[in-house]
Amino acid sequence: MIEVIDAERCTSCDICVNVCPTNVFDKTDGIPVIARQSDCQTCFLCELYCPEDALYVSPHADTPCPTDIVALRQTAVLGSYRRAVGWTDETRDLRGIDRSYLLFGH
Amino acid sequence: MTIHGRAELRTSPDGAVEFDADVLVIGGGPAGTWAAVSAAERGARVVLADKGFCGTSGATAAAGTGVWYVDPDPALREAAMANREKMGGYLQDRRWMARVLDQTFEDSNRLAAWGYPYPVDDSGKSQRNSLQGPEYMRLMRKRTKQAGVTILDHSPALELLVDDDGAVAGASGVRRQKHDGWTVRASAVVIATGGCAFLSKTLGSNVLTGDGYLMAAEVGAEFSSMEFSNPYAISPAFGSVTKTLFYGWATFSYEDGSVVPGAASKGGRSAIARALLQGPVYARLDKADVDVQRHMRASQPNFFLPFDRTGIDPFSERFPVTLRLEGTVRGTGGLRIVDDSCATSVPGLYAAGDAATRELICGGFTGGGSHNAAWAMSSGTWAGWGAAGYARQLGPARRRHLASAGTVAFRSRSRRPFEPAALAKAVQDEVYPYELNYFRHASRLEGALARLDAAWTDASAADAASKDDVLRARESAAMLATSRWMYRSALARHESRGMHRRDDHPDQDDRLRHYLTSGGLDEVWTAVRPHADISYAEAAE
Repeated sequence: MIEVIDAERCTSCDICVNVCPTNVFDKTDGIPVIARQSDCQTCFLCELYCPEDALYVSPHADTPCPTDIVALRQTAVLGSYRRAVGWTDETRDLRGIDRSYLLFGH
Repeated sequence: MTIHGRAELRTSPDGAVEFDADVLVIGGGPAGTWAAVSAAERGARVVLADKGFCGTSGATAAAGTGVWYVDPDPALREAAMANREKMGGYLQDRRWMARVLDQTFEDSNRLAAWGYPYPVDDSGKSQRNSLQGPEYMRLMRKRTKQAGVTILDHSPALELLVDDDGAVAGASGVRRQKHDGWTVRASAVVIATGGCAFLSKTLGSNVLTGDGYLMAAEVGAEFSSMEFSNPYAISPAFGSVTKTLFYGWATFSYEDGSVVPGAASKGGRSAIARALLQGPVYARLDKADVDVQRHMRASQPNFFLPFDRTGIDPFSERFPVTLRLEGTVRGTGGLRIVDDSCATSVPGLYAAGDAATRELICGGFTGGGSHNAAWAMSSGTWAGWGAAGYARQLGPARRRHLASAGTVAFRSRSRRPFEPAALAKAVQDEVYPYELNYFRHASRLEGALARLDAAWTDASAADAASKDDVLRARESAAMLATSRWMYRSALARHESRGMHRRDDHPDQDDRLRHYLTSGGLDEVWTAVRPHADISYAEAAE
């Protein structure tokens, strides 16, 4: 489930509020808030659409998992999904490397 | 491309928005976006309303999906059709399989022309049998907007509108981020709301609660193949990423490390379900060599998120797995299609994607996203054309007298409040357990149906839901209605066929090669419909 919005990185663009398919976030005067965490379906799409890599979705789908954002910043995890699918300028070449055709027919 | 005009916006006194359109598409996943684009290209003014955000909503956007894309070589096409017939219990229809293969080929070529980054293999050939969900649906949103379609995000539809003749003429719903309502008057409506996965958190599926089924049933639409509604997908026990294909390289074991006999992602998932009834089951993807591991990472980055973020190496370490119910998202049941334009049995109402039955190309088993993805594009395209054609035939919008068709959760009753969370839980308790839904038996199905029927009576007698609760109330009622068509159909099929397994009828019965139609809300009914091959054979006698 979505665990944290990094207040240092977030620019209040509200993209996460718009794109979350289950309407987990609310807009505020400042940065958005995680208003309905239990509605999160752990699809990771808010992370993917966040241009600032300010969101972290824990892989635990059924239970909240309090997360230390300061510790996370020391790792490469923030933005790792976005980089892996080629949705950053530096990783654009990864958009066309789907190798599923080599895996089908197994 | 010519844009013939946008849906006309009016604002009503209470801040709610009203549109006059030719075609309303409900649902903004692959089927909905293909329907919207196709209708707009035929000159229709189109509104698309999505419960969440068109581009991220639904089972496809969060995942990667195979696509039943086969080059137009007669031998390859024949093999593609033939090799699934046994698995589907011989309920497919060859004519529909062929037209889906044709349309999927066309639509995939359009995706390439629109800039979808298909991979190129070592021989320089563009490979089109797989789509990355986020990339695909981001592109489809863009194309939908470029086609002149008005998109309403975070705007769940709650009920259909009908004219005095009972033809569908629009829908209304809420704008959940604006806290007001919307109404679209339209000549035709396409239901593309996906299947129902009962809030099981199978990847991307929690928006898929059968809402379109309920709305369609309220105007009298019929369903088909609802007994084929019990696939379960493998995921890490703690996580949401269901990518069953990759477990083809897994070894499954019990707590003590011994191998679960017969367990496999394909053809051995029931052994996993039986083992899970006894205790935890673990997987390790130890059959994947270094090349396969590399291809997996490149093809499906999201598969690795649960592992990378918990420090598990899935190729060398065991991790606990579970099976999450996919319901009619990967089942083949849905709204009954009555003609080549994907019309339903109700005038003005069309169905596409997982909201519609996939029996015509899958029979009683899908196995994965591939056929569903092909069906979503193809049926979406046809439903869009069909709805646009119907709207044109109906002529310029007349001010018809329209009535709201919603029933449960809308009616004032004084006796008791509507409790959506409790109802959703009560439905899950009947559809999740493997011993009820994976392994079916008349006595257990009858028990579950008695409880579900009683829950329907209760929900029908409950008071109208409050404004804040109405979406959840309608979702839980839709899940409840879906479960009753599922189990009533499952009880009526006295055999095992496709994914439908009956402990009390373990074999396929050749005399039962037919479809089951179902419907009704207060009284749920089923009826037998012959398979096309059998009707032709009888006509020739």
